Parts: sequence; structure tokens; C-alpha cells
Amino acid sequence: MAQGIWIVAEQREGELKKISFELTSEAKRLADQMGQSVTAILLGSNIREKAPELGKYGADKVIVADDNRLATYTTDAYVSVIAQLAQSGEPAILLLGASVQGKDLSGRLAARLGVGMAQDCVDFSLENSNLVAKRPIYAGKAYATVTFKDSIPQIATARPNVLELNEPDESKSAEVVDAEFSLDDSQLKTKVAEIIQAEGAKVDLTEAERIVSGGRGMKGPENYKILEELADLIDATVGASRSAVDSGWRPHSDQVGQTGKVVSPNLYIACGISGAIQHLAGMSTSKYIVAINKDPEAPIFQKADYGVVADLFDVVPALTEEIKKIL
Amino acid sequence: MNILVCLKQVPDTETQIKIAPDGMSIATENIKWIINPYDEYAVEEALRIKEKFGGEVTIIGVGPKRVTESIRTALAMGADKGILVDDPAITGSDSLGIARILSAVIKDLDYDIILCGKQGVDDDYGIVGSILAELLGIPQISVVIKVEVSEDASTVKAHREVEGGTLVIESALPALITAQKGLNEPRYASLPGIMKAKKKPLDAKTIADLGLDASQVGENGAKIKIKQITPPEERKAGKIVEGETPQEMAANLTRLLHEEAKVI
Ligand SMILES: Cc1cc2nc3c(=O)[nH]c(=O)nc-3n(C[C@H](O)[C@H](O)[C@H](O)COP(=O)(O)OP(=O)(O)OC[C@H]3O[C@@H](n4cnc5c(N)ncnc54)[C@H](O)[C@@H]3O)c2cc1C
Ligand SMILES: Nc1ncnc2c1ncn2[C@@H]1O[C@H](COP(=O)(O)O)[C@@H](O)[C@H]1O
Repeated sequence: MAQGIWIVAEQREGELKKISFELTSEAKRLADQMGQSVTAILLGSNIREKAPELGKYGADKVIVADDNRLATYTTDAYVSVIAQLAQSGEPAILLLGASVQGKDLSGRLAARLGVGMAQDCVDFSLENSNLVAKRPIYAGKAYATVTFKDSIPQIATARPNVLELNEPDESKSAEVVDAEFSLDDSQLKTKVAEIIQAEGAKVDLTEAERIVSGGRGMKGPENYKILEELADLIDATVGASRSAVDSGWRPHSDQVGQTGKVVSPNLYIACGISGAIQHLAGMSTSKYIVAINKDPEAPIFQKADYGVVADLFDVVPALTEEIKKIL
Repeated sequence: MNILVCLKQVPDTETQIKIAPDGMSIATENIKWIINPYDEYAVEEALRIKEKFGGEVTIIGVGPKRVTESIRTALAMGADKGILVDDPAITGSDSLGIARILSAVIKDLDYDIILCGKQGVDDDYGIVGSILAELLGIPQISVVIKVEVSEDASTVKAHREVEGGTLVIESALPALITAQKGLNEPRYASLPGIMKAKKKPLDAKTIADLGLDASQVGENGAKIKIKQITPPEERKAGKIVEGETPQEMAANLTRLLHEEAKVI
């Protein structure tokens, strides 16, 4: 019988990503209710020493697949290894991060195992030990609660920054075992030809704890300097509205919204952004929203925890100065 | 080059989503239907590849009759032919069901590249492309912002967006690529294009035509069941930060963020 909850830990260049701990924490909460155990699987190259850390968040066991062909994520290799491990281990539930990697993997993995998959979930619960997953649809304009049929395992991806992180228990460590799998080079049909790092190498918007975003009210690309100064000070990533992106002021990868990135930071500061439905869809699950806009009627104020009705070119530099005083 | 584009019709992104009385779907009255925005990038990219290498662009849609209009729009942009799979048995399909239908259509076609959107802006799944690639046994490259097909049309290099950078992935063809915003600027259908589109072939197919069993699609074939659709938690408007001058406002906001919200 299918048993236990598995998570797929995520590493980049040998460092575990925060989503790995979020998934482990959630798996632990669910496993406790089911009276079952948590197993993490970790794929990479020379990553064994990182594995015990997952124990602090609640993993009982970590299965490490160590192979130089797993150093950098590729769909074919990762799907193949995870599918083999899931077939032999038969977990009841398999959770992954709804990161770029997790989203690339999840559908193909589910198809290979012939099971259902719920993407980008923000909440999990159990009903008779079956997984119930809640996921935003229409970019958060509604939520769908879904269940699975004929699926061993039930696969879901979880949106980063949403699940609660357990307080790490430094006394705990997970049992680490080596994965048994085979990888046939002829199955690996794609290869990573090049890795281009983004300029500035900032935390990606989807992973950022704080975001300072600028819209058409910024008036031009040169003015983002004031947002960058504020962002640097508070460790935030700079985002943009579609208007700013389509005007060529900011790269596409900075766009927040329904056709951009969906973000859930602790703090989202919207500067000169009106709050169009498509923009709101991308950032409404932020914990705190600040809006700085000179139009008191701007729809963004309907969603903001703190609204500042003023010219952003006055307020943003003043805010930077004030925050400097308390840091 | 034969290029296939999987096209989904979705509600306009302006739509205020209302939940249907059954609590398990959304109300579709008065919705304006559009081509899924990411699929527009897919159509445009297909046309650009065709313009360079020659060949044919085929649009494939699964859904009710109204999808014809979106397929015609793609034909008016320059695609050559369309296939619509319309069958009552499709209702209630999950991503796997849709991908099964698409793969049943595609297995009888010649193709070098399949283009999909990164995700449908309706159910936000973003997996039909990768399930389809798995069913067809071909490689996938997802969330792509640049496509370069080799001169001899045997391989492709695609730039895919990842956290903090870009990966350049190389693959042999045939392969399936999913389009991300930034890939291109989709063209508008021209008036002559719209006229020509009316005469282009648009085949309608049923599940039986495809040799599929009705148990593999629709609610029967679905591995994911919708239990409930609920509205988002209403975010209420919070405080307007007081202050006579920008400095005062900034100081008050700083205090609120530091002491009340504790996010700084
Ligand atoms: C298919 C589709 C998808 C879309 N997807 C997205 C998406 O993903 N993300 C997205 O953001 N948009 C998206 N949009 C666009 C969206 O509809 C809006 O057009 C866009 O969000 C508006 O951007 P904005 O708020 O920066 O500009 P505007 O609406 O022009 O607002 C600018 C704001 O700046 C304020 N302002 C101006 N000067 C100052 C100043 N000196 N100080 C303070 N405030 C000032 C103004 O009062 C105004 O409220 C999409 C649209 C479509 C059709
Ligand atoms: N009903 C459909 N008909 C044709 N293509 C579809 C359909 N549903 C999804 N697709 C394709 O798969 C992509 C991802 O959709 P989804 O997995 O539903 O988010 C879309 O952008 C389309 O290219």
C-alpha cells in the first residue's frame, strides 16, 4: 500500500533552496496527521552533505540521487530519476515546489506515472488521508479546491513563500540513503548549452521576501534608480507593471501580474501603479501591500494595507531616508 | 517545417470572475473569449519559423464551437489550417484528458515543432504542454523567450527563463516548446488576412474520429476533481498614511512598517 509523504527538495549549485524547507515543513504537518513519515528526495551532484539539514524541518529520511548528470536540472534526467524512485517507493503523496523547475517537471512526471497533478497550490489538507489541495485559478481571482482519483502518488506543487516554515530543530537529523536508479544517456534528449546569469543576480521576484515595484508613474527607465536605492536598503527585488515593461523601461522578467510573475512577498511596495485587475492578480497574496500613488481614486488603494497619496518622486526618496534611520 | 500550435480559448483577462451557482465552476455568461495570451506568442513564433524555413502552420484547439473564432483569428494572422476537437464528451476533462486528445490528433500528423503557451490564464495549470510531450515521447523546453532553429532545421536552441537567469537548452527536433511573454510581439490579423482565413481549411473532429474512448476524457478520465470553487479572501482597503509633507508621510509609513507590520 502506498505510504508516506515525499517531497522533492530543490538545490541550485549545491545549495538547498528555501522551498525545500517549506515543503518539508508542510509534509511533516500532513504526515503527523496521517501517522506516517516524511521522505525527501534530493537530486544533484556532490550534494550528500546538504541532506541532513532537511531533518531539522521534519524529514525522517533523505534519498540522495547523486550523479554528475543531475548537477544542473534537465527535464529528462530529473523526470526519469524521480519517476523511478516514486515507482519503487510508492509514496501516497509527492510534493514539489511550484518553481520554474517544479512546474517544468510536474506535468511530465504525472503523465509518466499516470496520475493526477495539482499545480501551484497554496493550501493542503487531508480528507480520510487523501490530499485536498487549494490552488488559485484566474491568477487568484478565484480558488479551486481539488482532490485526486486513481493517483498513487497524488502529486502537487506548492507556491514558494506561502507554506509556513517549521522552526528548525537543530537536534534532529535525517537518515540519508543513496537512491537506486539508472540513467541511460540515450534518454537525455536535451542539453543545457549555456547558463546566463541575470544582471545584478538579485533574488528572483517569485522568491523575494520584499518587492518594490514601479509602473507607468515612474515616467521613464532612469527613474527606477530611486526604487533600486530603496530596494537595496531593505533587501528587496525591483518589479514592474506591464506598462513599464511594454514601454521598454524594464525587462519582461520583471513584470508582475497575470501575464507576468505571480508573487507573494511579505512586503510589496507599488509605486506609480494604478492597480489594474491583471496587476492585482499577480500580487494580491502579498502579506503587506503599500501603494504610493498621487491619485486617491487609484484602484490599488482598495487592496493596500498602507496607502500613501502623494507624488512618488517626493515620497520614495524620503522613505529611503527614514528607513535608514531605523536600520 | 511543419509546425503545430495548440491553442486554448480563455476568458478575457479583464473579466471579473463570478462563481456559478453549483460552486464548482465559473459563470460563463457575458464572458468575452480570447486566444490565451501565451498562445498568441506561440502562433506568432510559428509564423516566424515558417517564414524562415517554409512549411505549414496548423492550429489545434480543443473546446466548444466558439473556439472556431479563435482558430480563425490565428488563420487570419497567417496560419494555414485549423483543427477543432469539439465533443460533449470533453466536458470535465482535466489536463491529462486534454493532452490525450491533442496527442490523438497529433499522432497522425507530420511535425517538426509543437508550440504551446506557457500556461492557460484560466486554470493556470501550465502542464498540458509537458504532458503532451510525454505522451508523444518528444523533448520539451518550457517557458521560452527565444527560439533559434538550426539552418538545417534539425535542432533547436531555446532560451528558457529560470529564477535569476536564462538557460539555453539545445534539443533535436521534433520538440515541444512553451511560449513565455517576451518571445515576440504578436502581429495583428490584417484585413486581407481575415478575408483569406475564411477559405482556409478548418476541420472539426469528435472523440470517436480520433479513436479515443470516452472513458479516457471528460470527467470519467479525469484524475483531478474539482471539489469547490471559492472567491479569494477579500483584501480590505487599509489605512491611508497621514502627513502634511512627504517627509512626514514617509516617517509615518516607516513607523507602521517597522512597528505594526514588522516587515522592516
Ligand atoms: C492580456 C493582458 C494581460 C495583462 N497582464 C498584465 C500583467 O501581467 N501585469 C500588469 O501590470 N498589467 C497587465 N496588463 C495591463 C493592465 O491592464 C494595465 O494596463 C497595467 O497594469 C497598467 O500599468 P500601470 O499601473 O503602471 O499604469 P497606469 O494604469 O497608467 O497607472 C499609472 C499610475 O501612476 C500614478 N502616477 C503617475 N505619476 C505619479 C507620480 N509622480 N507619483 C505617484 N503616482 C503617480 C497614476 O496616478 C496612475 O495611477 C495586461 C493587459 C492585458 C490586456
Ligand atoms: N483545450 C485546449 N486546446 C488546445 N490547446 C490547449 C488546451 N488546453 C491547453 N492547451 C495548450 O496547453 C497550454 C497550457 O495550458 P494549461 O496546461 O491548461 O495551463 C496552453 O497554452 C495551450 O497551448
